[in-house]
Amino acid sequence: MNVEGKFTPQTWPDSPEKQTLEGKNKFLGFWLFLGGETVLFATLFATYLALKEKGSSITTEELFSMPLVFAMTMLLLSSSLTSVYAIYHMKNYNFKLMQAWFLLTVFLGFGFLCLEIYEFYHYVHGEHFTYSSSAFSSAYYTLVGTHGAHVTFGLLWFIALLVRNAKRGLNLYNAPKYYVASLYWHFIDVVWVFIFTVVYLMGMVG
Amino acid sequence: MSSIAVKKGFGAILWEYLTTVDHKKIAHLYLMGGGFFFLVGGLEALLIRIQLLKPQNTFLSEQTFNEMFTMHGTTMIFLAAMPLLFAFMNAVVPLQIGARDVAFPFLNSLGFWLFFFGGVFLNLSWIFGSVPDAGWTSYATLSLASPGHGIDFYTLGLQISGFGTLISGINFLVTIINMRAPGMTFMRMPLFTWTTFIASTLILFAFPPLTVGIFFLMFDRLFGANFFDVAMGGNAVIWEHVFWIFGHPEVYILVLPAFGIFSEIIPTFSRKRLFGYSSMVFATVLIGFLGFMVWAHHMFTTGLGNVANAIFAVATMAIAVPTGIKIFNWLLTMWGGSIKISVPMLWSLGFIPTFVMGGVTGVMQGIAPLDYQLHDTYFIVAHFHYVILGGVVFAILAGLHFYWPKMWGTMLSEKIGYFTFVFFFIGFHLTFFIQHFLGLFGMPRRVATYLPGQGLELGNLISSIGAFMMAVGAISLVYNIIITVVKNKKVGNDPWGDGRTIEWAIPSPPPFYNFKQTPLVRGLDTYWIEKTEGKKELTPAEPLSDIHMPNNSFVPVVISFGLFVAAFGAMYNPLNQVGDGKSWALPMLIIGLLITFGSMLFRSIKDDHGYHIHKEDLMDDEGGESK
Amino acid sequence: MKKWRLMTLLFLMALVLAGCGKPYLSTLQPAGEVAGKQLDLLIFSSLIMLFVIIVVVIVYVLVLVRFRRKKVGEDFIPKQVEGSHKLEVIWTVIPIILVLILSVPTILYTFEFGNVKGMEKVDQNGDKEALVVNVRANLYWWEFEYPDLGIVTSQDLVVPTDEKVYFNLISSDVKHSFWIPSIGGKMDTNTENTNTFYLEFDQSKADAAGNLFFGKCAELCGPSHAYMDFKVKAVSRDEFNQWATAMQNSTEEPTPTSDVALRGQELFQENNCFSCHATTANDERPAAARTAPNLADFGNRTKVAGILDHTKEDLKNWIQHPGEYKPGNKMYDENDFTEEELDALAEYLMGLKVQE
Repeated sequence: MNVEGKFTPQTWPDSPEKQTLEGKNKFLGFWLFLGGETVLFATLFATYLALKEKGSSITTEELFSMPLVFAMTMLLLSSSLTSVYAIYHMKNYNFKLMQAWFLLTVFLGFGFLCLEIYEFYHYVHGEHFTYSSSAFSSAYYTLVGTHGAHVTFGLLWFIALLVRNAKRGLNLYNAPKYYVASLYWHFIDVVWVFIFTVVYLMGMVG
Repeated sequence: MSSIAVKKGFGAILWEYLTTVDHKKIAHLYLMGGGFFFLVGGLEALLIRIQLLKPQNTFLSEQTFNEMFTMHGTTMIFLAAMPLLFAFMNAVVPLQIGARDVAFPFLNSLGFWLFFFGGVFLNLSWIFGSVPDAGWTSYATLSLASPGHGIDFYTLGLQISGFGTLISGINFLVTIINMRAPGMTFMRMPLFTWTTFIASTLILFAFPPLTVGIFFLMFDRLFGANFFDVAMGGNAVIWEHVFWIFGHPEVYILVLPAFGIFSEIIPTFSRKRLFGYSSMVFATVLIGFLGFMVWAHHMFTTGLGNVANAIFAVATMAIAVPTGIKIFNWLLTMWGGSIKISVPMLWSLGFIPTFVMGGVTGVMQGIAPLDYQLHDTYFIVAHFHYVILGGVVFAILAGLHFYWPKMWGTMLSEKIGYFTFVFFFIGFHLTFFIQHFLGLFGMPRRVATYLPGQGLELGNLISSIGAFMMAVGAISLVYNIIITVVKNKKVGNDPWGDGRTIEWAIPSPPPFYNFKQTPLVRGLDTYWIEKTEGKKELTPAEPLSDIHMPNNSFVPVVISFGLFVAAFGAMYNPLNQVGDGKSWALPMLIIGLLITFGSMLFRSIKDDHGYHIHKEDLMDDEGGESK
Repeated sequence: MKKWRLMTLLFLMALVLAGCGKPYLSTLQPAGEVAGKQLDLLIFSSLIMLFVIIVVVIVYVLVLVRFRRKKVGEDFIPKQVEGSHKLEVIWTVIPIILVLILSVPTILYTFEFGNVKGMEKVDQNGDKEALVVNVRANLYWWEFEYPDLGIVTSQDLVVPTDEKVYFNLISSDVKHSFWIPSIGGKMDTNTENTNTFYLEFDQSKADAAGNLFFGKCAELCGPSHAYMDFKVKAVSRDEFNQWATAMQNSTEEPTPTSDVALRGQELFQENNCFSCHATTANDERPAAARTAPNLADFGNRTKVAGILDHTKEDLKNWIQHPGEYKPGNKMYDENDFTEEELDALAEYLMGLKVQE
């Protein structure tokens, strides 16, 4: 099967991401990778909980601000939703709409990232809560920052895909790539839900 | 792309290896890389034993001694044992399941080069003069207190090679799940493939904690983090947990493939199918699962409390059950068989009693209140050498002789093989058996020397003599390899005569596309089934057709090299704890990362569809030589 | 069967050696309740394991004797047996039973050794019933503080025999591990928390071992890890009380008895040694300020710096170049004392005794 062959919405298969062996491998391999990532974040969460407020004069209640984090959460959650729409259009062989929804995803993700950078900037300069302040600050920045790094990488990944394929449309070679990238984005979103709960909610209530 | 053998110049061969994505060539690379580090680690071991030959010896200074055993342990685990096992996995697993390559040939190559550059980085510490000195476990209080950049070589080097291992683990999982030939159901997979599968699962879940732990240590030392600094609220026990959550599964990552190798060799040279195949598979899965439940038995004396100690003690002893199942299955495989004591079989026969010995001392240490005495003494040194040398290294040496013809197309000398075994085996027991007693007599591990008059002299002398015998064995192995390569006498498909699994049905070494036609797997030990029916070849599962192959690529080397460069930048960044930050460090860090991510981007946007070998070319090709 | 002969030989040799562990160091010659029970566990588990080994070896030898290709013939094709449910059940169930048997003492002793409730018990007067020692591990030396007696000593731990002694363990720099092999298993000294356990010292065994046991650091702690030894003087309760009282009374150091010693005392003060080393047992500085071993009863120590002979000659060498004997230790290493000064210092230090 020619992976770069053209399709029509009628001939486009149901699961374009799994039509080729390469696609199938990518699909499975990426799920497994996310399994490993889960353990990675689990370790970071455990460390964060063990070091929460240790060696720090600032408590989590004093530090975090709900409106900001809530806005970030909304941005990231909706970006996850827009990427679902993009995949929906990918499955219907509607390349333009897929690109558009992914573009929106990138914008939302970028908004999240800006707010996160603002948040960190505020902590460092407003609260003098730097990476080296305490064990707590190291654990906090490492957990949330690792997530932020994932967001950044995800954004760059999307942009590369969107630019690279802008002119040639969908085919069985790049469909798995889009699919896997959106999978990654959902994973980032799920991790954020845990960060929001464990770090911010439990930090402000507990 | 014809596969007809052409004499190539050295440069062409080198380029071929630098760019190859062929699992068989990558197996060669792993074998050479791992073999080199094995010799380095062995040399370090020998220096350790020379230092401990007599009390208050001054052969090595205390500091050098600490560096020596740290590098010995780290090298042997991460840079020798794992890569050597990866060599066999790469060489054998795709063939055993009837695949033309692994699922991600490019990532396979990337995995190797990450390991290689990580290993080189770690060992550059010898040249830079500050060597890791906190033991391979690198407990956080000591490694934070370590002056110089030794520990940074450890964290950065292991971080790089750890990525490689993780990538390889995922690769094997996908390969085994997705790329099996028709008829190769899970319960028909050879045991080596099964153990690779489970070991890869362990890699997938055990390496991320190591990555995180090393990240903490690296950032504490290099970027001003405070994870382990008690004065800043940190907690060094976290390192112990994270390290052992990785470290204990790591033992099974090593030993399960070793079990797999023995499970191939013993049936072959007994001419009998593996006894209790399904219980072997079950035991493998169970060991893998329990492997994650017992990490705290390395920390019985850390003070986790009675309840934790009791639970982890019982969980630890439970692992003896599936391991025992395996031992008896091997014995019963031989029972009623026709045992030929070839060199690989000899190593397997040496393995069984040795490993039983290592296993029972493991159970003894699982008894938490007894472990209070045994922990951190020479008893544990003896125990894990019985397990890792007697299990893993014996398996590697058995596998080396067993798979050598499949990997290189020639046979290692049997005679020298026996010689190697005798010296290595006797030397091994001489070295380590006595160490159980040294531990019981009150000798802590990792001591640079000991004082006279404490009853430790004779045992240490015996132990050191044994180490020299092992060295003689290792040298004879190197000699064996050299003369075999020089003689270059080619062998046929099934040089042992009793091959059972499908890799023995194809030429040695196999053509670069492995199978002209994907074989049909008709049961456990397919090739044996075909042979008993009088056939010489496997039943094909498909008509002869074009074969799709991946292109070679130099990008993996570049990606890995980028991290290697970045590691130097990170090490000398201005925030580092040693205080010798350089102005060029940050640019170097950024350049290194740009090289890595840039080449990843290059790889991602430049389409690579591979190429096809046409049916007509295949028909002409007898496939005796790999390209 | 070369390797079996060899194994037997090794085993016999090991048996001979087994008697050779030193009574003051070997876990095989326990001199206290904890080590005694641990040896029982060792023997008990070894016997069970020996049973396993024997079973394996019998099958192994039978297999090798009966089923060699030489014996069964070159053309013999064995029956391809799949397995045997009966056998597999047997070798699953028997190990499970063995593990269960082993679990019982494991759990019992874990809780027994971890039981430190006795530490808090007080008598009618509100005094602690049991002796509690705070052990503080430092880079290559040990401090022993008796909080209820108000005394501090180092390097030589003095304990009463035939009663439970409780320990609080902590480290002030890197992780170490407190281990007296012939008395009982080890416990780590962490930097972030205090670990507690107890040991008991047996009077009759102590007599046999010359009342002196060897203690070691069991966790890698740096270049001088091998030299981080300490000694344990296990004496009767009466003797212990005498010693403790003498220590409590040593609120001032003994007056030097000779001019040489007096000169030593001056040097000790001129060179600021006292800013780290206390010379009386009632050191009231906080632990963080006690950065070097307490020297109150130095004259009665068994070793210099835990490893060197307790002679003036070795003491002089140590004072001049501590780094040569324990690389990486924190004592000032670039001393340039004259021979006369060293003599004076040694004379003075050897005179620091709370009792004769």
